[in-house]
Order: sequence, then structure tokens, then C-alpha cells
Amino acid sequence: MIMSSCSLLHMADEDDDRVFEMGDYQGPVARWCSGCGDHSVLTAAQRLMAEKQLKPETTVFVSGIGCSSRFPHYMKTYGFHGLHGRALPVATGVKLSRPELDVFAVMGDGDCVSIGAGHWLHATRYNLDMTALLLDNNIYGLTKKQTSPTTPQGFKSNTQPHGSYLPPMNPLEVTLGITNASFVAQTAEWVPAHLFATLKAAYEHRGFAFVRVLQRCPHFMPNIFTDAVKKPDVIQILDHPEGIRAEGIDKIYTNQLRHDPADIHMARELAEDVDTIRLGLFFRDETRPLYEETRSLQKRTAREKMDLLNEDFDRYAV
Amino acid sequence: MKLETVGASALAEKEVSVHTAADLAVEVVSDSGEGAQKCGQIFGAVSAKMGNGVWTVEIIPAEVEPPPREPAGASGIRIRLGDKEVTNWGDDTNVVVAFNEQALLGRHQLNALADDAVILLENMWATHPDPKIQKQWADTMEELSHRNYRIIEVPMEEQCLTVVDNPRKGKNMFALGLLTWIFDRDLERAREQIAHAFRTKKAIITETNHKLLELGYAWAEANLDFRYDIPTMEAGAPMVVMNGNEAIALGAVAAGLELAAMYPITPATSVSHMLGEVFEKYGGVLHQAEDEIAAAGVAIGASYAGKCTFTITSGPGLALKTEFLGLAVMAEIPLVLVDVQRGGPSTGLPTKVEQSDLLAAMFGQTGDAPHVVLAPATIGECFDIMPTARRIAEALRTVVMVLSDANLATGVAPFPRPELSPEWQMGPPDQRPVPEGVRPYDWDPRTGLSRRFIPGQPGGMHTVTGLAHDERSKVAYDSETVQRSMTMRSRKLAVFQSTLLPPEINGDPEGGDLLIVGWGSTKGAIEEAVERARKQGLSVSSTHLTFLSPLQPGLKDIFSRFKKVMTVEINYSDFKDDPFITDENRRYGQLAMLLRSSTLVDVDCWTRVIGEPLRPNMIVKAIRENMPGGEA
Repeated sequence: MIMSSCSLLHMADEDDDRVFEMGDYQGPVARWCSGCGDHSVLTAAQRLMAEKQLKPETTVFVSGIGCSSRFPHYMKTYGFHGLHGRALPVATGVKLSRPELDVFAVMGDGDCVSIGAGHWLHATRYNLDMTALLLDNNIYGLTKKQTSPTTPQGFKSNTQPHGSYLPPMNPLEVTLGITNASFVAQTAEWVPAHLFATLKAAYEHRGFAFVRVLQRCPHFMPNIFTDAVKKPDVIQILDHPEGIRAEGIDKIYTNQLRHDPADIHMARELAEDVDTIRLGLFFRDETRPLYEETRSLQKRTAREKMDLLNEDFDRYAV
Repeated sequence: MKLETVGASALAEKEVSVHTAADLAVEVVSDSGEGAQKCGQIFGAVSAKMGNGVWTVEIIPAEVEPPPREPAGASGIRIRLGDKEVTNWGDDTNVVVAFNEQALLGRHQLNALADDAVILLENMWATHPDPKIQKQWADTMEELSHRNYRIIEVPMEEQCLTVVDNPRKGKNMFALGLLTWIFDRDLERAREQIAHAFRTKKAIITETNHKLLELGYAWAEANLDFRYDIPTMEAGAPMVVMNGNEAIALGAVAAGLELAAMYPITPATSVSHMLGEVFEKYGGVLHQAEDEIAAAGVAIGASYAGKCTFTITSGPGLALKTEFLGLAVMAEIPLVLVDVQRGGPSTGLPTKVEQSDLLAAMFGQTGDAPHVVLAPATIGECFDIMPTARRIAEALRTVVMVLSDANLATGVAPFPRPELSPEWQMGPPDQRPVPEGVRPYDWDPRTGLSRRFIPGQPGGMHTVTGLAHDERSKVAYDSETVQRSMTMRSRKLAVFQSTLLPPEINGDPEGGDLLIVGWGSTKGAIEEAVERARKQGLSVSSTHLTFLSPLQPGLKDIFSRFKKVMTVEINYSDFKDDPFITDENRRYGQLAMLLRSSTLVDVDCWTRVIGEPLRPNMIVKAIRENMPGGEA
């Protein structure tokens, strides 16, 4: 039994014969730059919702702060545009208390990998059934070109004009190292079919699905994936019957590697090798316990609570 | 000083004298880990259950296990008993049980002991094989000899060894036996209370502790020549006895709060210990987050989703939660935050009382973030304030902060058993579909109030944001919207204040020479001091504020009836006579600053930051010294 005290009767309404199309999920026109990868993710999310016929009112997009965190504003669902780095605690609160809602967390690389890194580790460990998207363009966009934890070493930014000092952090490798990691995938905004297939697999996953979306920032990091966009062979697709299979990409993306997503050790090896850009499902384990189920409790009526409180007060009675 | 060694030879001739006292304080002091607090808590609970007024204060070193036998590491508890309600820890201690002379010395050096205190002291150290310890003992006896203490040596170790192998884990129950005999407490109640205190441990622990209790009792009966009689009150309304953090936890349950998110921090954590024990059976979730920020985020996320939630912290955690608190105010998401204050700044005094988070609580958020701040003044109010806080948070769609402190957190006192209301458990907001045209911030232009809707409600889809926004929750930076939305969020406080009553006056409501204004846990000590001063003929009254933001109405009018107004607080203020301190640069106590700015009355302050609760006699002295027209 779920712990929710919100008896949302209309949600279970079987007479609900509404049919949703992509447009039903579209909010105002997105104010991102043209050529920004965020647009592709937004479209893929709306397409996913239409395919799954998710109800706008029972879907919540939670974000932090940054370009990509404007995401919820452009969806016609419930949204929470919160604080820089703190999308995951808010999403945790929503999902933990209302497990029946579909929850998505949308974060940028500064958001997730830098200021909110602690939450990222722990949200992975909690393993609530939600989808977490890391929209990773390797740069701070909203504040105009500062080095992010995923910025390539040597890249000149406004905060590190002589080139960034440190090798970039590897979000896949980190996530795969966390206890209870249950779904780790990577996709790219310029391969829409793969992006959609990945979001779909992430949504269908029972647990915390972590998806890193490789993105270009046309203003501040325009050339980061130029090579990969032009030469599909630079990209290696992870292929497996249990993995993510995107329709119609096999002819273009012929560089494919068979990888069983049940194999955590191979997943870590593949993630660690940053010389090759790999798209696909690195790891999935649906047997991990869900935090919202571990913490699920029987709901009490007000009267039952009064009786229990009186018992507790008896223990302290003079 | 009289040093007495009593033993088997002394008992034959003894005659027991019984001293009747209306009011008396007991301390049990030891090294950390020897269970002095457990002993005192049980003694206090038994005394309360027998009909005495009780107030306990724990004396806790900052470390879990500081080096043994050091005055600074003294760990213990003071239990003040009375023939009527006791509201504070009093002035000094009359009866002490000390497990070593260094812990005793620590209390002596802090002037915690009455000049004629009776001290029961473990005597194993006098003849300890280590000559250094023997010397420490001798030096201490020399230092203590300048006072009129009566020190009675008690062979605690020797006695306890007859029951347990490790007396470190048993002396406290032997000490409880001593006190049980001295104060003529009901042995059966003491046994029951021990069983309750160790309910989660193996049965053998309770059995052993019962034996130790009886051993201490028998030893006292055989060897001591004095007892105390504290007359008990007539049984009135049913009472319960617990500490302030337990009261907050049960108050939260009674308030219908469903999710608590927290990160461990002293002295707030024991609220979550209590919730950890009981919350799940009520269907409540205690989420220990990865950090203070996430605790706030989870509580806010769950509240946004329609749950009634709260977070628990202390000063440093309040600082970390600041950004989220501003967001909750901006996005109008109800949230209750409990701040169990400790000494600051920074890590400060984690186990000691202070009232120095008031301004941080009120103004710590960036920008203008109007919200409600309340402070319980008694253990009972720690319970009552939780349903109040929840109701305000939901009615106003804002943050309500509850400022408790270390004194209330660990203090144990009986209070009337609360009458519970099932209405406090009321469910989440109206969840019917949102009609066309209704917006997420449809501010009533007069009150700033608006209907709240939550995920799951058809037609209500919107994105809440910490950015400036309009009634539709759309990002809006235009001048008119920014000014209007700020006004609407602020207006709610004025509307709320219009529902409050002026504070009551303790003393003479018509006015007089001096009005003391307090807030929080100092109420008992202030009122006791005012009562004493009035008996001495001084024209002094006091008032105590529960609502700090917004302030209760009528203060200006009340203040006008007194020649002088002065706050008494446990936070820092400059002494007027200190070097460089002038009328212009003097830094006032935190409530005094608020009152000065809101009333334009020249409110003075008397504050101390001494790492312990105020004693009534200190406040009486402050009253005398601050009477308008010179010292009385």
C-alpha cells in the first residue's frame, strides 16, 4: 500500500478517455538559443509522454538552475524550477511522498556534477523510480562560458582563460561506482532516434534512471562534438537485445559494440575509456530496491492516529 | 566543610532527620558515559509522577567521551524539584551525587553548588593506587574545604562490584537508589521507570539495574542520617512528563505532519530519535537526508506534492538551508522548520543553550522573504506549537520557523496532558480539478492569500519557480509585477498579525517602573525573578513573546505604561561601560534590536552568553541594577 494520503480519485478514473498528442504537453515557446541541444531533449520528452499517454497533471518535471533547467517552463505538466544543484532533493521529496506521480529531474552539468554533486550520489543510492537527465554541454551557458566539471582540459573559458586546469569529470564512471546504481545510459541530442529510445528506456526502468545527454552549446561550446556529428563512425553504439535499440540508425551508425547491460564490470570499463564516445545502455539492474517502496507505510486514519498518540502519551503519563 | 566517611560502624547510632523543603535542586555528575543523565532523567520522571514540580537540565560536554576525571569534562544533570510547578533550573544545587571529585570540582568552579550543599561522593579515588589521583583528591578536598559543603564519602565502586563486574555501567542506578531513599521516592515507580528507560535493551539490563537501585536504596537507608521531604501537589489535571524535543516530535505527529526530513545536528537530533521510534506506526516518514540542504529540499518537494512536512535543525543547519527557505517563501510552499538553537557563531557551543538565531531566522534569507517565526517558552508549548505552526504554514502558504533551544530540548518537565484534536490531522488541500481561469497565485489583493494546488489536479499544471513571477507563475521581471508580488507576499504577515492578541503581562498590566521582555525558554526564570523582585517591593513586570515575526500587536501601547523596557535574553550584547562602547555603536540583544526598530521605544537589554540557562537570582540582580532612577 502506498503511503500517500492524497486519495486522488480522479487519477484512477477509468472513464478518462482523453487521448494526448505531443502538442498537449507543449508549454510556451522555448527561449533557448537556436541550435541549443535542449530543444531536442524537450521534443523527445514530449514525444515520450505522448507515446506513453502520460497525464499532464500527474507528471512532474523538476529542475535546478541553468539554461537546461528552464525545461519545466516549456512543458505543460506540473513543474518545479528550483535551486541551482538541488533538483534531486526536491524530486526525491515529490516521489517519496507521491509514488504514483511520474517524476523527471532535468539538470545541467554545473547543476548535477558540480554544485549538486552530493545529491547526485545519494539520489543514485536512494534509487527512487524516476528519470534523471544530465544535459551535459560541458560548459556553463546561462552565466556565459565558465568552466564546468565536464569541460575538456585546456578549454579556454572566462574563468580559466588560459585553459581549464583539470581533466574533466566522467559522470558515467562516477554513477556506475555508486551503490544501488540501477540504470546508466548515454545518448546525444543530435541523434534524435537514439535520444528518444534512451528516454523511453529510462522512463520504463523500474528505478533511478540516469541518462547523460551529450549536447552542444552553440554559443559557448560549439565545436565540442563537431567531429562526432560529422563522422558517425567516431561514435560507438552499445547494442544488445536487453539494451537500447533506436530505430533506423543502424545504417548510419555502423560502429557497434555488443554489450550486455547486466555486466557492471564491462560497463565500468567502457565508461572509463573516454577516447571513444559511446551511446547506449551501460548498465541496468531492475532488482535493486526502490526507496519509496522500502519506506512505504500503511496509512492511518485521524482516529487511529489519535488512539496511537494516546498510547504514546500513556508512556509519559504522570 | 565537613568530610564524613560513613560505613557499617556508623549506622547503629544514627538518627534520621527529615528536612522539608518547598524547592530544592539535585545534581548527579560523573565522567561522560557513566549514565548520570539517565539517573537524573529517571529520578525526575519518578518525582514528577509522584506529584512534584520538576525541571531538569542536562550538563553535557561537547565530546562523546572526553578524558576521564577532568573538571571540564563533567557530565551530568540538574533536577530541580518543587512543591508547585517548576519552570526553570533555579539558582544553585543543594544535593549532589558525584562519581569522582574532579567532576564535582568542575561544578564547584562554575559556582553551581549552594554553599551548604550536601555532597555524596564516590570515595574510591582517595585510596587509588595511582599517587597522582590520590593527590588530585587531596588537592580537591583542600579547595572544597573553604566552603560549607557537607561531603559524605560513599563506597560506590565497592558496593556496585557486589552486583556487576563493571561499575562504570552501574553506578548511576546505585546513585538513583541513594536519591530514591533520600527523597522518599516510591521504589516501585522507580523500578517501572527503569524498565521504561531500558525498554529497548535486553531484559537482563533492567533486572541488573533493579538490583543496583535496591542496593543504593539499602545503603542509604543503612548509612545516611538525613532525608528530604518535598511536599507534592494535589493531583489535578492529568499530566505527562517528557523533554522538549520529545514534545516537538509528538506535537508534529499530533499536527498531522507526515514527513520529516533532517540531517543529524546537536541539539536537534533527538527530535528525530523520537520520530525514528514512533513515526512509522503513524504512517509518517523520517527521511535522514545526505545533508542539511537536501533535508530542506526533500521537505519542500514533498510539501509541493501536497504532504504536510517539516525539517529539523540547529543553527549551522539553518544557515545551510537558507537558500531553500527563501525559495519556499518565494514559491509559497508551506514548510515548518524547527531550529533547536545552540550557542554560536559557527560551530559554537553545540550542547549549550543560546537564543542567538533569532535574527538569522528572521532575516537570514537573501532578498525580502517574509515568513513567520514562533518560539515555545515551555516544554508543553513545544508540543502545542507544532499544530499551530502547521496551520499557519498552510493558511499563509509560507515558511514557519519554530525556535526552540538546548534548554527546552533536553529539559524534562511535567505539563498537562494535551487534548488532541482529530481536526489537526486534516488532509491536503482541495484537490478537485482547477477551474478554467484560476491561477496558481491568484492573490487576493487585500490579503495576499491564494489557493494552493498540487500535482495530480487536472487543470492546475504550472511550474513553480524561485524567479520573480506573476499570478500564472510565469517568470516576470517587469516593475509592476515585481512590486505587486512582493507586496502580496508581505501582506500575508500583516493579515496574520491582525489575528493575534497582545501578549499578557506578568505582574501589573497597569504599568510600573520596569518591564522585562523575553522570548523562548527563559520564561520560567524571568517570571520567577519578577515574582521575587515584586516581593522585594520593586515595580517590575514581564511579558513574553511567542510570535516574533510578525510581532504580537499592542507592544507600543504596553511599553508606554512602563518607565523603562528591557529585554532579558541569552545572546550577546555589548556592556554599556565597556571600552569604545557608545550609545551609537552599542550592539543590542536580538529581540531588543527588533523591538527598538518596530516600536521606536528606547528598549534596553540585559543579555548573557554563559553557556547555560539563566538563573533567577541573576535576573533579580539585573532587575535591581536596571531599575529606572538607579539601583534599588
